[in-house]
Amino acid sequence: MSNSQNNLRRKYDLLVVGGGNAALCAAISAKHERPNASVILLESSPKDVRGGNSRHTRNIRYIHPAKNSFLTGPYTEDECYQDLLGVTKGNTIEKMARLVIRESNNVGDWMMEQGVRFQPAMKGTLHLSRTNGFFLGGGKALINAYYATAEKLGVEILYEAEALDLEIENDTFKSCTVKMEGETFRIEANAVVLASGGYQANTEWLKNSWGPQAANFLVRGTPYDKGRMLKVMMDHGCKTLGDPTQGHMVAIDGRAPKFDGGICTRLDCVPFGVAVNKDCKRFYNEGEEIWPKRYAIWGRLVAGQPDQVAYIVIDSKAINLFMPSVFPPFEANTIEDLAGELGIDPAGLKATVDEFNAHCPSDTSKFNSGDKDGVATVEGLEPPKTNWARPIDTPPFYGYMLRPGITFSYLSLALNERMQVEKEDGGVFKNIFAAGEITSGNVLGQGYMAGFGMTIGTVFGRRAGKEAMNV
Amino acid sequence: MSSEVMKEAHRCTTICNACRYCEGFCAVFPVMEMRRKFTDPELKYFANLCHNCRGCYYACQYAPPHEFDLNYPEVMAKLRKETYQEFAWPGCVSKLFKNNGLYIFAMTTLAIFLFIAGTMLFKGPQALFTAVPGAEAFYKIIPYWLMCVIFMAVFFFSLYALYRGVKNMWRITESKPEELWKLSNHIQAMKDAFTLRYLEGNGDGCNYPDDKFSMIRRKFHHFTFYGFLGCMVATAIAFLYEHGFGIPSPFSIFSLPTFIGTVSGLALCYGTGGLLWLKSRMDHRPYDEQSVGMDMSFTTLLFLVSLSGLLLLLFRGTSAMGLLLCVHLGLVMGFFISMTSGKFVHIVYRYFALVRNAYEHREWD
Repeated sequence: MSNSQNNLRRKYDLLVVGGGNAALCAAISAKHERPNASVILLESSPKDVRGGNSRHTRNIRYIHPAKNSFLTGPYTEDECYQDLLGVTKGNTIEKMARLVIRESNNVGDWMMEQGVRFQPAMKGTLHLSRTNGFFLGGGKALINAYYATAEKLGVEILYEAEALDLEIENDTFKSCTVKMEGETFRIEANAVVLASGGYQANTEWLKNSWGPQAANFLVRGTPYDKGRMLKVMMDHGCKTLGDPTQGHMVAIDGRAPKFDGGICTRLDCVPFGVAVNKDCKRFYNEGEEIWPKRYAIWGRLVAGQPDQVAYIVIDSKAINLFMPSVFPPFEANTIEDLAGELGIDPAGLKATVDEFNAHCPSDTSKFNSGDKDGVATVEGLEPPKTNWARPIDTPPFYGYMLRPGITFSYLSLALNERMQVEKEDGGVFKNIFAAGEITSGNVLGQGYMAGFGMTIGTVFGRRAGKEAMNV
Repeated sequence: MSSEVMKEAHRCTTICNACRYCEGFCAVFPVMEMRRKFTDPELKYFANLCHNCRGCYYACQYAPPHEFDLNYPEVMAKLRKETYQEFAWPGCVSKLFKNNGLYIFAMTTLAIFLFIAGTMLFKGPQALFTAVPGAEAFYKIIPYWLMCVIFMAVFFFSLYALYRGVKNMWRITESKPEELWKLSNHIQAMKDAFTLRYLEGNGDGCNYPDDKFSMIRRKFHHFTFYGFLGCMVATAIAFLYEHGFGIPSPFSIFSLPTFIGTVSGLALCYGTGGLLWLKSRMDHRPYDEQSVGMDMSFTTLLFLVSLSGLLLLLFRGTSAMGLLLCVHLGLVMGFFISMTSGKFVHIVYRYFALVRNAYEHREWD
């Protein structure tokens, strides 16, 4: 027996599996509901990288009736629901979606009581200034605040403690098998909240869902989201929701690390350039919408190209129009040389750019990098580019390689409104609750809108923690 | 030719500017976001705007053990020390920042020794251990003219050297010459400096000595700063008393200079003692270990100056006065010497970085 095991109780009131936003909201809310309850939380990562994907986040979307010091105006339930229908194309469960949205009302106030601090929307993200609250210092600062609060409330926290299996009898959770410091032991509890994230860091599972091309996906966040609890619950006959290939997926710099690249690997230059695949062919309208409304579809678009790679080419007119990149762009004075730098066919790229340039409108004076400007390619180009279509003609030319970067998967445990996990046969696991990414499919069938993952985690987490105290 | 530290500062700043999560923490990140690319002179300016509040370290998703290995407070501290060397006037002073703790210790010890040896030589050893009653007691140990000449000489030389240092800083960081003495910049910079605005964080303080937000460092720094300022004011009033009104020292405990000096000395002692205590408990990761000598020697010296001053006040009527006076004057001399070649310079360079910060924000808005 290790020291940490010796200190454990024989049985807890609540076990929380996971150490990100949803898990912490559940643990904190459980203690608020019943201050004397014994609550233990298992974080599978080391302390320095605790918090799952939450430590890479920076804002949360929530409804509020009036503006405040960091939100510039009101945001209503109906407007938020319409926004959600827009990105998911209706692929949501209205009952659960409305639950998340309604209970998100002024949730920022509760977060501040737990030590989270907000700031006005960051420069470059002003389009979210009314709807999303930005964490001062980003998600890791939020996570630090939540851990400090949870510790103060008496939540026991184990790091590098991985939940391996759940013992379930008569649809009732009994204990969890935990691996820590090389030893395996059991933790019993009256209830469990599963908030252990999606399965996106499990490359083998991704390959099963997507096919072999998934090996080329980059994982934007934590390497610890292996989907173990999802799998265990599936083996126990839970009901799942969502297409396993669906998730929050964006196109990021191809030079990003395999895991944990986070926000700085994003590239916001797609609308101002020409995107081609490795055969130097364009494949989608780069100027369809302003980038914040389209960035979440480009991950899938790139994933659909040969070798799951794409290249974006811009010229010196556009280099200052987007947020700076963490890796310097490839740079050359001719398109052919740039293709050489990027490792694609110079003649092919030159032909594609020339064809694009020939279809750019003669008058681009209405060009406006801040909003849709209607500067569209003339008829005959396939696919067209319907905004910001300025010719790529002013050297030096710049290029980036794009790869699909998956943030989290949507394959989920189905929940009822008490956050209890539902069974395939119509029943329910009485004392098994869930929250966060592992439940995102209850709300997100496809697409993504900024800051909504944190909404799901916070609302479901709080609710799960509270309900778990009233089994 | 950029130093290794400068290269690391470029690498880190590029990551920071692509992330930008820290823009709410301090003055560095907003001015960083005004730019896409960074020059060496700009980063030297950033380094003096950073005051090691560590908010960015604990909030950083790329901090070690992440493979980006981003430690912004550490690289800024290293670069800041390099700038102290580069800005220094006269040029030979820059070498003194290398083993700064040792140098300050040696100079201070030497000053104390010279005061003691001089007293013994000219007044006899008994002067150190004899109670001297009445007016002008101090000057019976060290002649008044001598005190004036050597302290004024070192003090005014140091002031001039710092002025040249600021000119160097302004040129080397490629700041705008016409903005250096503009009043509006100084009004803003003084507001920032006198309130320690950037140690306030967003109301919760900074992450010092560990990862928790705390106002404690700001509190101790305020005691140190205003205590120091009070001591300077007390000294100036004392000078005025002697020369304007012809009142000889030592002054009564209830006189203006002694009263202000005592209160300020207590504040300085408490503040520096607190800062040293915090430093002994701080998390060393967001810190430049090579700067420890420079940092500790400065704070320790200020602590000892205030402590010896208070002891001198307490025991000035006793036979310990002679020795205490020599020690106190030696420590003050050590401090004056270190004004150009120790951590004291952070007051000046940080202030002028705030001056530039003021005009950059005005231009940006």
